[in-house]
Amino acid sequence: MSKKETFQEQSLQEWTPRELTLGQRLGKDLRINWQLYVMFLFPIIYYIIFRYIPMFGNILAFRKYNAGGSIFGTGPVTLKYFKQFITAKPFWQAFSNTLILNGLYLLFRFPLTLIFALLLNEIRNLHWKKFVQTVSYLPHFISMVIVCGMIKELLSTHGPINDLIAQLGGEKISFISRAEWFRTIFVTSGVWQSLGWGTILYLAAMTGINPSLYEAATVDGASHFQQVLHVTIPCILPTIATLLILDIGGLVGSGGAFEKVYLLYSPQTYETSDIVSTYVFRMGVESGSINFATAVGLFEGIINLILLTCANFVSKKVAKTSLW
Amino acid sequence: MSKNEISAPDLKEIHIHNPKNKIKESTGYRVFTVVNTIIMILVSFATLYPFLYLISQSFTSEQAIIAGHTGLIPEGFNIKTYIYVITRYDCEFLKYYLNTIIYTLIGTILSLFFSSILAYPLSKPNLKVNRIMSPFIIFTMYFGGGLIANYVLVLKLGLKNSMWGFILPMLISTYYVILMRSFFMSIPKDLEEAGEIDGLNKFGVFWKIALPLSKPIIATMALFYAVMYWNNWFNAKLYLQDKAKWPVAYFLQTIIRGGGASDPDATQMSANIKSCAMVLTVLPIICVYPFVQKFYVQGMMLGGVKE
Repeated sequence: MSKKETFQEQSLQEWTPRELTLGQRLGKDLRINWQLYVMFLFPIIYYIIFRYIPMFGNILAFRKYNAGGSIFGTGPVTLKYFKQFITAKPFWQAFSNTLILNGLYLLFRFPLTLIFALLLNEIRNLHWKKFVQTVSYLPHFISMVIVCGMIKELLSTHGPINDLIAQLGGEKISFISRAEWFRTIFVTSGVWQSLGWGTILYLAAMTGINPSLYEAATVDGASHFQQVLHVTIPCILPTIATLLILDIGGLVGSGGAFEKVYLLYSPQTYETSDIVSTYVFRMGVESGSINFATAVGLFEGIINLILLTCANFVSKKVAKTSLW
Repeated sequence: MSKNEISAPDLKEIHIHNPKNKIKESTGYRVFTVVNTIIMILVSFATLYPFLYLISQSFTSEQAIIAGHTGLIPEGFNIKTYIYVITRYDCEFLKYYLNTIIYTLIGTILSLFFSSILAYPLSKPNLKVNRIMSPFIIFTMYFGGGLIANYVLVLKLGLKNSMWGFILPMLISTYYVILMRSFFMSIPKDLEEAGEIDGLNKFGVFWKIALPLSKPIIATMALFYAVMYWNNWFNAKLYLQDKAKWPVAYFLQTIIRGGGASDPDATQMSANIKSCAMVLTVLPIICVYPFVQKFYVQGMMLGGVKE
């Protein structure tokens, strides 16, 4: 279908007389499609104001900001805010926590999601399968506020986990205020939230597998397990590779983790819980060091962009799919 | 990438590798089926347990909570907590709830409108300007102004303490626009051309032909956006200092995080009150969710399928 379209387009382009200049061609396009251009109008203004102006607002990492003044700052360009955070110990703590939390989360979530998808695919009873899917997707739609509220209730000193510990004769632990427990809580709750939802793309890839492959495998005497190993997994390998590479590309970004960390952390647990985005929020919004926080945020954003670009490049080479 | 193309899945075909034929299954496979069922039951239970626990706590009596008697079956079942949460401080909970409903309705409608008028022209491969527009839009997914620059901008625009400060920063989600674009691309060209021959202009084609054909994606996007607005608390934290404008999710954040200066009794608030507020907030999502789930899944798969 799409191939046909591009073919038609190509042939159309060949028909267009060569003499038309770029301006003329654009003008012609504008005359035919002006209504489509009108539709673009508001969204473009929106993107400029709410996406691109803040992007250039990053200049605050280099110029002094006065409350109520220009959002692009005033005065000369300076690198002092970068020097400040590069030498700040809390920044490096937040930076390594970001990597550790994202890394651990990926390490557990990724294989578990894949295994869960394979197991779901083996369920024969469609109603039961539908039920399990419905239940396991649910946490994805719950506000992080509720998720963290639940975590706090379940882990409180009178909650069910501590009840169980007490019944087994152990000592109650106040999980939330203990730094050594933060990573476990973060990863476990993350897996709880994303296990079901993460299977969707795998399941979609599995439904696309040609059934004759399984038939052939059955004829060749392959057992069920062998079919999974030699048919299912190779067929969804591009999906696996793409998702893995992109996840690795997102290791430094803390967009997704921000809400959860912010809602669960406290000064007692900063050493394991503070991530770059929560650090930026604390410095910028709560303490009002706008320039300093912008510099940190920009640093994170650029590293993130570089990593994503690399990941995308690898994905293009290895899995033949890419983001852009 | 034709492998990834999803046609209406024929369920019988998909499961052809384990058909209900009478070929004798190996013992190993039967053991696996049992183990798999047990795993699925465990996963389902673990997923639902926190919800059940919350619901149970919200019905538990104050005394039982203080005594630490909690579990999946509420002790001293009563609905006093619900009445208390709803009526306390001049029904403030209901006001927050109403705010959330208003923000969600207005936000979702506006988001849908602006996302579709952006996604539709983007879906036209022969539109010359798309060579610039697509990167212009997509780039914002990977690099942005970051928290502080956005915060400063919204303050500068004078949107603090206004509903628009809550809605506008998340009005158009680039990711959702891309999903919509993929769907619009799949609309048969012939239908749109037929419309043009019948005398419709481009707006008319969009409004009378493309949109009615796109009901599934519109439904999906409506739900995505509605959930996004319903669940958002962070924009409220940044931009809505005025308590009368708080959405319920932000109110919950203040009582759960505790110790907030804005609500002095937050730290002392007992577990059943918190649970009750959480149950009330999550209720609409849980009620609607099972019926709309298939739309969500369709939408997600659309994003995964490369055009």
